[in-house]
Amino acid sequence: MAKNDVSTAPQPRWIEFAIEALIRVLGFSSIGFVVLIFLFLLREGIPVFFEVLPGNLVGTRWYPTFDLFGMLPLLLGSILVTVAAIAIALPLGLATAVLVREVAPNWAREILKPMIEVLAGIPSVVLGFFGMTLVAPLIRETLGAPTGLTAFTGALILAYMSLPTIISVAEDALDAVPKSYRDAGLAMGATQWQTIWRVVVPAGRSGIVTAVMLGMGRAIGETMAVMMVTGNAARMPLSLDSLFRPVRTMTATVAAEMGEVAQGSVHYHALFGIGIILFVLTFAINLVAASTIFQKRRRGGLR
Amino acid sequence: MNRSLVQRLGFALLGLAALIVVVPILFVILTIIVRGAQAIDWEFLVAMPRDGMKAGGIFPAIVGTVLLTLGTAIAAIPVGVGGAIYLAEYARDTWLTRAIRLAIINLAGIPSVVYGLFGLGLFVLFLQFGTSILAGSLTLAIMTLPIIISAAEEALRAVPTEFRTVSASLGGTRWQGIRYIVLPQALPGIITGVILGMLRAAGETAPILFTVAAFFLPRLPQSAFDQTMALPYHLYVISTQVPGMPAEIQYGTALVLLALILSMSTVASVIRSYYRRRRQW
Repeated sequence: MAKNDVSTAPQPRWIEFAIEALIRVLGFSSIGFVVLIFLFLLREGIPVFFEVLPGNLVGTRWYPTFDLFGMLPLLLGSILVTVAAIAIALPLGLATAVLVREVAPNWAREILKPMIEVLAGIPSVVLGFFGMTLVAPLIRETLGAPTGLTAFTGALILAYMSLPTIISVAEDALDAVPKSYRDAGLAMGATQWQTIWRVVVPAGRSGIVTAVMLGMGRAIGETMAVMMVTGNAARMPLSLDSLFRPVRTMTATVAAEMGEVAQGSVHYHALFGIGIILFVLTFAINLVAASTIFQKRRRGGLR
Repeated sequence: MNRSLVQRLGFALLGLAALIVVVPILFVILTIIVRGAQAIDWEFLVAMPRDGMKAGGIFPAIVGTVLLTLGTAIAAIPVGVGGAIYLAEYARDTWLTRAIRLAIINLAGIPSVVYGLFGLGLFVLFLQFGTSILAGSLTLAIMTLPIIISAAEEALRAVPTEFRTVSASLGGTRWQGIRYIVLPQALPGIITGVILGMLRAAGETAPILFTVAAFFLPRLPQSAFDQTMALPYHLYVISTQVPGMPAEIQYGTALVLLALILSMSTVASVIRSYYRRRRQW
């Protein structure tokens, strides 16, 4: 009889057991990959912290051919471009999200949403190419910068690259604000405009912070477009006009120089060292963004 | 000032912001289509590059990108869908599950060039795959995992609990319920997610810089351990590394890449909306 039972079942028990075990392993694979990525960055990058004096690493000059590995100009370059990009993208993104969620009629939404999805899909190298050939000359002419390849050009391109992230996360934040909040605002005699900015947006504040964090993470890690349009001069962006001069980011440095270095050289280790910094930075940014997401989930959200 | 006037001005301002967002997107796409179309003919698509890439076609780059995308799909789909099944069907809300979600968020946030470094360190050097399609595909696969997992998990969760209950009440095991009831229902959503992951892989440059991409290789790759040209890297090369490059070829390459990616995303959204309308629950 027992034999019969097994033959009518489509699969023997042990196969099912094996499949479920495999699925468990695959479920945990994401953690494994994050650890693996960090380990291999450490493995190739840690040596630089022994080969190069700490004073040199935090120095202001990055000239690998002269054994100068000051990462400060690269770090500041990344920060400058990222902050400028968010300064452009946040108002545009928040306004678009508010328009899409609160104000626009359906037909306008049907046009806006796919356009933003298309923007999210355009490869970074295509935007970089476009920035080089059309945006940079425009900036050269309007601002009188020698080449048009400036931190500002990079920030402009980056702003558009982080817009889809900012818009969609901000939209979710507005969507999570209960309708009763809006009704209460309107019932108090406020206009829709006042209700949006004094009730709905403040209520969705934490989600909007998440949107900014994720947009920042996207911007600081962006590589190809930034490398193609920022001019790649490793100088300290300290003066006020730095925004309109060439600058060099950490990502662009790795992408541009890794192809030319000898494996195992100090320069090679230094580039992996930059990789470690990038990993830790984006990890921290995403941790903050994720913690607001988890908090909301635990509180059961605003709904 | 009149409150309704303020409101009308405010809404106009929002509209202006949306225009500032949308018009450049349209401009980029139309420019690339109009200028790229001039370069594209049959030869451009199926010929090898000649004269230091200044003439001829981009055939090896197109083939390279297709191969890399397929390689990525083969590696990423089982892991991504398996991971999603675990999260949607098996995982309970413990600190370990939260750690998995955190890991996925972080994988999604790691800069593409850091994936390149990782691929160089693990696949190219440590596992000695060399700069190869295998190394590039595996690097891209890990990068696309978070996209596939999130989309597939969402698709699985959208299948109502009753489907699983009914399957169990008929004597099906948990796995049978997933395999024969839940997965088929979630398939369109999973396929959409996979396509979204693949179009990301097809367009990325930084992860393939040190793991697979060849500057100039006027022949097709011979095996998975061979290097290959790829469309995004080729566009980077001909717009920054080769002086005196004809603009038509640059725009043409950009258009082929853009057309590939936009057609993939169109397919994804068609599948999504078609099945959403047909769905009976």
